[in-house]
Amino acid sequence: MDLTVLGKRAHAATGGKAFDPARPAVVFIHGAGSDHTAWSLQTRYFAHRGRGVIAVDLPGHGKSEGPALPTIGAMADWLNAFLDAAGATDRALVGHSMGSLVALEAAARRPERVGKLALLGTTWPMAVTKDLLDPAKADDPLAGELITSWSHSRTGHFGGAEIPGLWLMGGSLALLARAAPGVIHNDLAACNAYQEAPAAAAKIKAPTLFLLGERDLMTHPRKAREFAALFAGAKIVVLPGAGHMFMAEAPGPTLDALKAFL
Amino acid sequence: MAADPRFLKLDTLSLHAGQRPDPVTGARAVPIYQTTSFVFPDTDHAAALFNLERPGHIYSRISNPTVAVLEERVSALEGGVGAVATASGQAALHLAVATLMGQGGHIVSSGSIYGGSHNLFTHTLPRFGITTSFVDARDPAAFRKAIRPETRLVFGEVLGNPGLEVLDVPAVAQVAHDAGLPLMIDSTFTPPCLFRPLDHGADIVMHSATKFLGGHGIAIAGILVDGGRFDWERSGKFPTLTEPYAGYHGIDFAEEFGPAAFIMRARSEGLRDFGAAMSPQTAFYILQGIETLPLRMARHVENARKVVAFLKANAAVAWVNYPELAEHRDHALAARLLPKGAGSIFSFGVKGGREAGRKFIEALRVFSHLANVGDAKSLVIHPATTTHQQMDAAALKAAGVGEDLVRLSIGLEDAADLVDDLAQALRASQK
Repeated sequence: MDLTVLGKRAHAATGGKAFDPARPAVVFIHGAGSDHTAWSLQTRYFAHRGRGVIAVDLPGHGKSEGPALPTIGAMADWLNAFLDAAGATDRALVGHSMGSLVALEAAARRPERVGKLALLGTTWPMAVTKDLLDPAKADDPLAGELITSWSHSRTGHFGGAEIPGLWLMGGSLALLARAAPGVIHNDLAACNAYQEAPAAAAKIKAPTLFLLGERDLMTHPRKAREFAALFAGAKIVVLPGAGHMFMAEAPGPTLDALKAFL
Repeated sequence: MAADPRFLKLDTLSLHAGQRPDPVTGARAVPIYQTTSFVFPDTDHAAALFNLERPGHIYSRISNPTVAVLEERVSALEGGVGAVATASGQAALHLAVATLMGQGGHIVSSGSIYGGSHNLFTHTLPRFGITTSFVDARDPAAFRKAIRPETRLVFGEVLGNPGLEVLDVPAVAQVAHDAGLPLMIDSTFTPPCLFRPLDHGADIVMHSATKFLGGHGIAIAGILVDGGRFDWERSGKFPTLTEPYAGYHGIDFAEEFGPAAFIMRARSEGLRDFGAAMSPQTAFYILQGIETLPLRMARHVENARKVVAFLKANAAVAWVNYPELAEHRDHALAARLLPKGAGSIFSFGVKGGREAGRKFIEALRVFSHLANVGDAKSLVIHPATTTHQQMDAAALKAAGVGEDLVRLSIGLEDAADLVDDLAQALRASQK
């Protein structure tokens, strides 16, 4: 689906079925340096089961026109504008990592529109180490390598993918290599700078799911639980053995957890 | 100091990639899942599997857990995003071509390729409307000149077969990419511990896994690896990957799977419909081979260097063609691309022509005369009368195959025994 949002071309995948605004929408928001293909193994299911699926490419990512937006707040406003343009009135927001902060902020700014909120591989503060920010700023491929390494559990480094024949480490490296210059650093800096989570959390009335990877090194589940305490009655589900990129590492359990929640 | 991503190294990946100890039985070795099909937990799950909505195994023609370990392992070793294992190397090549193009498609190929691939391109694919232009492996500009609007693939081998012309992979990759085309490399002679084509700009890699990957000459096998870096959408020449496919409810592979579009289509359509799948038993054999691949390749190369040195000094030998020799035309390129060794397959000429060649081959005792390479055992063949016999004189010349050419594949025996065997056979050839 291609729309014009805030004057620029914007793209979202729809899970293999044209988006129908009459259906309840499930909206997927990817993480830093990524794009809609991060959700390959979740979107098609919902699209073929009566939901309207929107897996956005944030500005400057995937097939959406740039530049990348510099703050989580700007990304949230863009997301809400996209969903308004698409006619998605009944929304469940599902965000991963940076996308979880975007989902939270977007929900806080338009709480009346959001029926459910799922925050995946999340924590707050989402501090990013200088070891990663520096190579990202230099557009050094090391940034993608560090994200890939730290986003998979150490067991995940051995492989054993649920999806037959795919080497997930290679897939992550290839996806991050597609990021336009400056985008990964833009995203990491936006995560690092985001301070509004407590205020946003206070505005959330929708049922909220924290879906976490037990072996997540990027957004540690212990820290995520502290974040979850900011929400009234958030449900927490931990995927055993999974690292940060569990949509690929544990696509079946991720889908099952989302199905149960949504 | 910059942070280290601490990726597992190649030797470790050779033993472990794609597998974790079996969670149910604790089996450390890769279990052979000798089953055609897999039980669905419920009808919703089944429907989701068939529509690529969730991952999993359905039927072993399309995927199998044992085969999947091999696919992941070779992907990891090559630095790709995924792989599809096939019934043979030829099946891998056909699968790639059929995934990328249909009737009217065109391939630009190095002229120095395996005879079987040459047959497919020259005699068989034209029946299906796909044609090939062959060019000099040593001339990247010739690749550029041969590209047409309907070209969909640039193809070559790192080390030409049997002439051992070295393909300038980065230069040919640039030519392909300038034209919005992928470069596919048959890397059978150069397994990933010697050369990783994807690191040098190639987009797709195939192996006849029958050879060095398996290493023991016991199973016919192939594998196709997707590098995941080629942008099919930007190229705009590949509707099979970027337009809705009615065979899966209108799926658009690039839209759905991004970097893995090619390999997902190759499996979902190619294995489903053409069906040249690998058996789990074969995958197990190849996995056993890959566990020792780095150790074996080091020994293959070490032995090859000793044999080359012996042949160079033997009076019955007219010439030796090995890229590590200073007189090889591609010596400098080989040194740049293949610093760990130019493999263990090479050719030489026996003085005395065809008859001397016959006597030589028939006198060998350790070397086996057969149509294979990359075995743990040393092998010998005369291409003009065997692997390349379908080619006419001009094609033979273009492929660098003379009538006196003998090809050796140096195995893992004690090099002294190999040298002794060659010495006595060369003496016999001159009587």
